[in-house]
Amino acid sequence: MGVNWRGMASNEIGQRVTGILLLIFGLLLAATLCTAATPGDNPIPNIFDPQSTPADSLFHLSMFVLVICGLIFVVVATLLVYAVVKFRARADDSAHEPPQVYGSTQIELAWTVIPILIVVVLVLATTRVIHVVQDAKKPPNVVEVIAIGHQFWWEFRYPALGVVTANELHIPVSDPANPSPTFLKLLSADTDHSFWVPQLAGKTDLIPNRVNEMWMDPHRTGIFLGQCAQYCGTQHAKMLLQVSVDSPEDFRNWVNAQKLPAKQDDSVSAGRKVFETTACINCHAVAGTAATGRFGPDLTHMMSRRTIAAGVAENTPENLGMWIQDPDMIKPGSLMPAMKLSDADLDALVRYLETLR
Amino acid sequence: MSSDAMAIRTAEAAGGHWLETLHEWVTTVDHKRLGILYILYALLFLVIGGLEAIVIRIQLLRPHSDFVSPQVFNRMFTMHGTTMIFFVVMPVMFGFANYLVPLMIGARDMAFPRLNAFSFWLTAFGGFLLYFSFLGGSGLYGAGNAPDVGWWAYAPLTSRAFSPGHSADYWTIAVLVSGFGSIGTATNIIATILSLRCPGMTFGRMPLMAWMTLVMSGLVLISISPLTAAQIMLLVDRYLGGHFFDTQAGGSAALWMHFFWIFGHPEVYILVIPAFAFASEIIPVFSRKPIFGYPVMVAATVCIGFISMSVWAHHMFTIGMNSASNTFFVLTTMAIAVPTGIKIFNWLGTMWGGKLQFKTPMLFCIAFLFQFLLAGLTGIMLGAAPFNWQLSGSYFVVAHFHYVIVGAILFCVFGAMYYWYPKITGRMLSETLGKLHFWLFVVGFHLTFDLMHIPGILGMPRRIYTYEPGRGWETWNLLCTIGAFVQSVATLIFVANLIYSYFKGPKAGNDPWDAWTLEWSVSSPPPAYNFATIPTVASRRPLWDRKHPEDPDSRYE
Repeated sequence: MGVNWRGMASNEIGQRVTGILLLIFGLLLAATLCTAATPGDNPIPNIFDPQSTPADSLFHLSMFVLVICGLIFVVVATLLVYAVVKFRARADDSAHEPPQVYGSTQIELAWTVIPILIVVVLVLATTRVIHVVQDAKKPPNVVEVIAIGHQFWWEFRYPALGVVTANELHIPVSDPANPSPTFLKLLSADTDHSFWVPQLAGKTDLIPNRVNEMWMDPHRTGIFLGQCAQYCGTQHAKMLLQVSVDSPEDFRNWVNAQKLPAKQDDSVSAGRKVFETTACINCHAVAGTAATGRFGPDLTHMMSRRTIAAGVAENTPENLGMWIQDPDMIKPGSLMPAMKLSDADLDALVRYLETLR
Repeated sequence: MSSDAMAIRTAEAAGGHWLETLHEWVTTVDHKRLGILYILYALLFLVIGGLEAIVIRIQLLRPHSDFVSPQVFNRMFTMHGTTMIFFVVMPVMFGFANYLVPLMIGARDMAFPRLNAFSFWLTAFGGFLLYFSFLGGSGLYGAGNAPDVGWWAYAPLTSRAFSPGHSADYWTIAVLVSGFGSIGTATNIIATILSLRCPGMTFGRMPLMAWMTLVMSGLVLISISPLTAAQIMLLVDRYLGGHFFDTQAGGSAALWMHFFWIFGHPEVYILVIPAFAFASEIIPVFSRKPIFGYPVMVAATVCIGFISMSVWAHHMFTIGMNSASNTFFVLTTMAIAVPTGIKIFNWLGTMWGGKLQFKTPMLFCIAFLFQFLLAGLTGIMLGAAPFNWQLSGSYFVVAHFHYVIVGAILFCVFGAMYYWYPKITGRMLSETLGKLHFWLFVVGFHLTFDLMHIPGILGMPRRIYTYEPGRGWETWNLLCTIGAFVQSVATLIFVANLIYSYFKGPKAGNDPWDAWTLEWSVSSPPPAYNFATIPTVASRRPLWDRKHPEDPDSRYE
């Protein structure tokens, strides 16, 4: 770099190294933020990649606040750097102390009034966005979902459509000309949780004994990822969210399939017997059978889901068998008990569950 | 009746048994010795809390790691937060306040020396009780182990239904007991400052450290009470059939949140205002100028104290309060940025036109200024409620508050250590090791906490023992972990410096920094009685007046 490192004091070396590192960080940060808005299925739940109106409003306010904070940083940091460089004691300085200035009323007044003005602007901008998002009116074409948080999975009910499902939420894409947003009521069966799918909306908590509301109107189809954002116990980290935004036709087809009771398939009656005579039905429900448990996820159409255990494992027969026999292998601390079935029973049971499409 | 505060060597030199020395220290009511005990206690728990952080960072350096189980990880972040806040930063601040405030105001001791000792031992016991929890779980299939409910212990996670065994009780009782210690010390500080200032020292002439410690103590008195009340209510829920927070029986989870954060927000000002105090003492001395705008610095601190009690629900923007409530807390949160920002300008104004000496205490304070500026700005981002709906509960918030607690508060604590170590021990800390500590720590701090903002922006929540690959979080987590190791090495160098310099450091003399407040007028270490004669002061900088009789401050103030 054409710099003579050897002759420099430790302070100066430290300053150079820090400066270089800051430059690298700045470039890395810029690179990250630039990867924000890539089209297509993006598995990165980036808050700066909004795909829904509430997320858009949050994004625009965020950029406004960031710009103001950035300007403040540049001004104040420049003054600090200038002061540190300009007013350092030099070796050839006389022993005299510098002028002992106690303060300046005009300067102090200026640097009080300007921040107050900045604060007023920020409060006004923020108030507007709070109102726009929180006080939004429900249009006629709305899809209503009740989300119930459990340790450590998500229950989704569509009361008007007669659908009960778990963990993977399907909602229709919303056409800005004729919006069909999804409004969610958020409840909890046990501890505090938080519904956070960054690209679709800000997070809202699910608090027991309280009804919260949020809405989203996705602008494009695709899969959006998120997870629980309020510590709720041992497996908080594995309470994953997947939102599938479907075209209107795909959404209709999905709803129609989910409304049906479970298929009756006599070839798996042995497995169904295992299911209905062991403790499974205490926690799980399969529509159209004797199983009406509500403590665990509804399994009527469990094979329509890509994953099991709230996103933790792929929905394959092997994983399903492991989950039933020893859930701690997949999600230690979850409330699914180890069923301790014989190999024959387990095999029959998994074959039965595989028919719940 | 030993003569020196650091009488370890004297007792042994006199042929005294080590048990006598131990007895002196355990039964001391001398504010200087209690200050040292607080600081040493805090250093011990800094290392322990740091080890817990290292466990967290190793677990998170790659996705789906199994370095520790989820149960152990959840205990680690709970203990790390609880330890750092209640058993590191609060004790170290009380320690410096204890040691310095009587000296700075020209008093012989605190107003209530025995209350002082009692308060220290209460706090110390609380910390040991909290850590005893690691031993307590063996008979309960792990359920009675260290608490794993997060340092906020949100309800209803802490109810018997969701936290069986005694782990939640260890958290509750340990923090409750140490809270009484904090109230005792705060009461003592207020009484001391109100009634034991030396002749001539009006409120307008006491060092900014005294003012800021006064405001911090007022905040302690007002904010610890709601926390204690909530903890008692929690114990009633858990053991006496209460349902305050028992949502299964109609209780309220939000009630705990309000009680906790009415404590929790003033608490962070309790942590940071003494850091401001250190900066306000150190920056003027190493700029060779008085603090710029003393009256406004006082007014701003008092303002911060008052406003801090009205912002608490900005920790609750996501719980579903209505738009009017959210707006109110945005307003108060943005408002508190004004007096806080002003102080940065005043410190800048102090340096402006001065003759800056880059000794280690000043290096830490200059880094503090940059880092506190950034931390304050990310705080403004978090105060804009809709932005908060994305950022809260994520690693952005973790990065923000570590920027304040490590980047601002810990940096000022390090600065204070280097600045006052000579006064406390009579020896200088090594400048070479100090600069090495500083630069290494700056690199490690920025590597970890600058980059930590990014996973938060990319959707990574906090308090998760592992994360999914493919979400763009892996590289950043790895770099954060590397930075944590760099900070650990720097801290070890610091501890080595503390120990080495105690035995081999050059003698400091009364006033190694050519400073202006009363503690520098007595020997290093000071005699047990502090001042042979109680001084009389005529200005904010009594030693400046003595050193510059031709141009004393008293002529201008």
